[in-house]
Amino acid sequence: MVYITAICAFFAVAITAAIIYFFFKYRRKDPSDVGVPIHGDMRLETAWIAVPLLLAMTMFGWGAVVYVDYRRVPMDTLDIYVIGKQWMWKVQQPTGLREINELHVPAGRNVKLVLASEDVIHDFSVPAFRVKMDVVPGHYNTMWFRPTKVGRYHFFCQQYCGTNHALMGGWVTVMEPTEYAAWLSGSSDATANPVVAGEKLFVEKACTTCHLSDGSGRAPSLNGVYGGQVLLADGSKVTADDAYIRESILSPQAKIVAGYQPLMPSFQGQLTEEQIIDLTSYVKSLQSQPVPAKGAGIAPATGKK
Amino acid sequence: MPREHYLNATYGIRSWLLTTDHKRIALLYLISVTFFFFVGGTFATMIRIHLLTPKGLLVTPETYNKLFTMHGVAMIFFFLIPSIPAVLGNFLLPIMIGAKDLAFPKINLLSWYIYLLGGSFVLYSFSTGGLDTGWTFYTPLSSVYSNSAVTPAVLGVFINGFSSILTGLNFIVTVHTMRAPGMTWFRLPLFVWSQYATSIIFILGTPVIAITLLLAGLERMFHLGFFNPQLGGDPILFQHLFWFYSHPAVYIMILPAMGVISEIIPTFARKPIFGYSFIAGSSIAIAVIGFFVWAHHMFLTGESTYAALTFSLLSYLVAIPSAVKVFNWTSTLYKGSISYDTPMLYALGFIGLFLIGGLTGLFLACLGLDIHLHDTYFVIAHFHYIMVGGAVMGYVGGLHYWWPKITGKLYPEFLARIAAIILFLGFNLTFFPQFILGYLGMPRRYASYPPEFQVLNVMSTAGASILALGYLLPMIYLTWSMRYGEVAGPNPWPGTGLEWQTPSPPPTENFDVTPEVTWEPYDYDNRPDLGLETKGAPSLAHGDD
Amino acid sequence: MHRTGELFGQYKTLEQQRETASLGMWIFLSTEVLFFGGLFMTYTLNRSTYPDVFSEASKTIRLSLGAINTVVLIASSLTMALSVWASQAGKKKLLPVFLIATLILGCVFLGIKGVEYHDKYVEHHIPGWNFSFEPSSDVATNAHTQLFFSLYFGMTGLHALHMIVGAGLLIWLIKESLRGRFTPEYNTPVENIGLYWHFVDIVWIFLFPLLYLIDRH
Repeated sequence: MVYITAICAFFAVAITAAIIYFFFKYRRKDPSDVGVPIHGDMRLETAWIAVPLLLAMTMFGWGAVVYVDYRRVPMDTLDIYVIGKQWMWKVQQPTGLREINELHVPAGRNVKLVLASEDVIHDFSVPAFRVKMDVVPGHYNTMWFRPTKVGRYHFFCQQYCGTNHALMGGWVTVMEPTEYAAWLSGSSDATANPVVAGEKLFVEKACTTCHLSDGSGRAPSLNGVYGGQVLLADGSKVTADDAYIRESILSPQAKIVAGYQPLMPSFQGQLTEEQIIDLTSYVKSLQSQPVPAKGAGIAPATGKK
Repeated sequence: MPREHYLNATYGIRSWLLTTDHKRIALLYLISVTFFFFVGGTFATMIRIHLLTPKGLLVTPETYNKLFTMHGVAMIFFFLIPSIPAVLGNFLLPIMIGAKDLAFPKINLLSWYIYLLGGSFVLYSFSTGGLDTGWTFYTPLSSVYSNSAVTPAVLGVFINGFSSILTGLNFIVTVHTMRAPGMTWFRLPLFVWSQYATSIIFILGTPVIAITLLLAGLERMFHLGFFNPQLGGDPILFQHLFWFYSHPAVYIMILPAMGVISEIIPTFARKPIFGYSFIAGSSIAIAVIGFFVWAHHMFLTGESTYAALTFSLLSYLVAIPSAVKVFNWTSTLYKGSISYDTPMLYALGFIGLFLIGGLTGLFLACLGLDIHLHDTYFVIAHFHYIMVGGAVMGYVGGLHYWWPKITGKLYPEFLARIAAIILFLGFNLTFFPQFILGYLGMPRRYASYPPEFQVLNVMSTAGASILALGYLLPMIYLTWSMRYGEVAGPNPWPGTGLEWQTPSPPPTENFDVTPEVTWEPYDYDNRPDLGLETKGAPSLAHGDD
Repeated sequence: MHRTGELFGQYKTLEQQRETASLGMWIFLSTEVLFFGGLFMTYTLNRSTYPDVFSEASKTIRLSLGAINTVVLIASSLTMALSVWASQAGKKKLLPVFLIATLILGCVFLGIKGVEYHDKYVEHHIPGWNFSFEPSSDVATNAHTQLFFSLYFGMTGLHALHMIVGAGLLIWLIKESLRGRFTPEYNTPVENIGLYWHFVDIVWIFLFPLLYLIDRH
């Protein structure tokens, strides 16, 4: 910021000064005066194309580095789900603890936010951390940051989303890691564990009919699937992350697992984003379950995570 | 004996409403764009008053959301985009190239009626429930969730697009086929070059927003699923299609103003523009490169990192031709014979404000910085510096510069200079605080805001009151001058273009005899007919011709 | 009002007038390319996202009708080209004949389109109007199929609209040609409307395989 500001300020001041200087120095003395006919100068033109171009490239480069780092989420993150809907934010901590318009995070750890929208496009923005990301209905966006200082910081909805867009904000509270752990576990039992809620849904929506855990069903067993590679019918492989699970639930025909028929119905319109997150949490919890020898759909080369 | 010219050649309302004279059509546009400027300006006034207090002073959030949306739609589509091309371009283009009219005069008139039709639909939308989607109409908010009068508004903007397309078509064909003998491409005034470049964008970009809004409208009316994820659609597709036009659209808004500046500065420095071919070429470069940067509005939508890198790089490239212009304009002042007339004040004010606006664009093109600045008041300040500090100053400056030609009268010079200064100061006071607000994190499109942002908001509103005065004054004295102003001769400044070789106001056919062009543009040194001293000596440096 | 063939006030020569009109039509057609382009882009993106659904949906539109229409349109372009030739060669009696043939073929096209649309109406394939697509009642597939049909109606509808405008222009051309207004020296409207007609034909040449020929053997 300082670098770009300095360069821009330099040029702004230089040009303004030149204009003001010329404006006064060359003011017309006699009403019939004309100026000196200078048509141009190739060297000057080249110079003031080349130099700004060079400077622009440095600005681009620096910004690009920062941005690429921002888009590349590190592996070792604390994952928190954030759902935006008109006009509030629902935050779900890893243990299932839910917050509304509040986000508690520990200092000194990489925090990843998985962003989902229930309706229109929103944007989760924390100016003090210099981070924000659009929250788009139809797919997940992720952002990450590493809080360093304990304190309370504003967050805002930063993409116009309707009537109460300006009221759709809250506070990020950064705590010492030990305090955060204490806060997390000391939560009231009014909040449901997402894994438990997800398991309930898994039964309610009859997923158990096909996704038998021993792999003998019409659909792959989900034991050990999360985080690993899945072999698809067309021979390609895909990582079973949050986005893959979500897509499999809403648009199951998009990617068919090798060796299985395209039988799964879509649950589009039947589940809220929160319920999808609960189901994902449940599937995540099956990582530690025994993987059946046949019928897991897991890509052979990499096996399970 | 009163002389006959285009204003008094025929009388009666039919002779105006059915005219095919490009000069009369320009005036018809002048009246209509000024009307929409008032509409948009009223909304702006209400916005700034409302934002005096953190909780919002004037209206409910629902109404506020409509105010900023309607401000944007009215100003962008019905004022800024048509302003210079349809008013100054229509009036001057044929005269500047020595033609009697545009290539297709009836289509020119049709353009105006299409504009009115589009405007009517939009006004209908404004008055029956208003519009609260933001001028960007992002889906699914606009196509599914909004409860405002989206469909007529979208229809109105769609229809208005054809007005632009036809104007652009008319201009391009005219420049190709209707130039007077001796008017080669490189003798064209830079204003013509800028209109030509703008017209390229008109014809290639506008159809895309037309189809995009059509699809969004159909989605809303028939519950289709192009952009609605619940029905398999993609809201980001809307953004790509929308910005494919709307980014080049901002070049539609600035290129003509740059053309005006390129005319004013040589006239009031009385020397050729420095780097003519570079300025001409940079207009074309901006038009072309401008088509390839649209997704810099979408860096944070989750688009691929590779795409973001590409669009950021190209966005920096598109800045270079604009920088070239600023350097060339400034160099033109060197060793000039500079007068302080109002058009020159507007031109120099333009350079200063466009400089700040353009440089702050570099901040936003920077991927790392955009993460922080996206959708904040920094962006609002950036584009208002360019569109108001740039385009509107260019428009008002151009109106002053060519006022004697258009009306045959001079405006009151002293008052005009005061107004120009008021406008410049008011503008800066209004919008500079917004850069700081944005850096501090205040989001845009907020009907209420955290209290720590109040002081800067109050400053901005104070500035807005001064800015408003800066706009009202010219409206008053320009209108006054049409009746009571001093009579202007054919070439009061004097200028070197063909438009100054014909009486003020011009006759309907523009020229009694088709001119034959033998001189280079802005060649004050070789124009004894202008009655000025010349320096005599051969040009000191011929860098590029 | 100017009569066809006269020199308009702003031009110096008929040659300039002709050149100008021609350039104008080419530029207008380029705007049309961009206009349809946005639609084609939307179609392409959606098709690559939902290839199977699009393929299934495409099978329910009648290939035979589409193929006949393609032949009809190509034939109409032939008759249009012959009209332009006739006007250039001074064949004042033949010109209206070819123009009328073009118009008839255009109307045949529109008629067949009407039949297709009626089919879709009967099968409940019009989005937003009692839409239902057997065999799948899967919500997502239904939505994606509706997307196909939205694009089908959008693209062919926009095309048909342009055909109707073209038909209107042809009617005017026929009227003027019957009055003998077009000569080898002045046949600009015939040429330019011919250009427009060929363009509309080319759009169909792209539409047809995209919509009708997905995965057909």
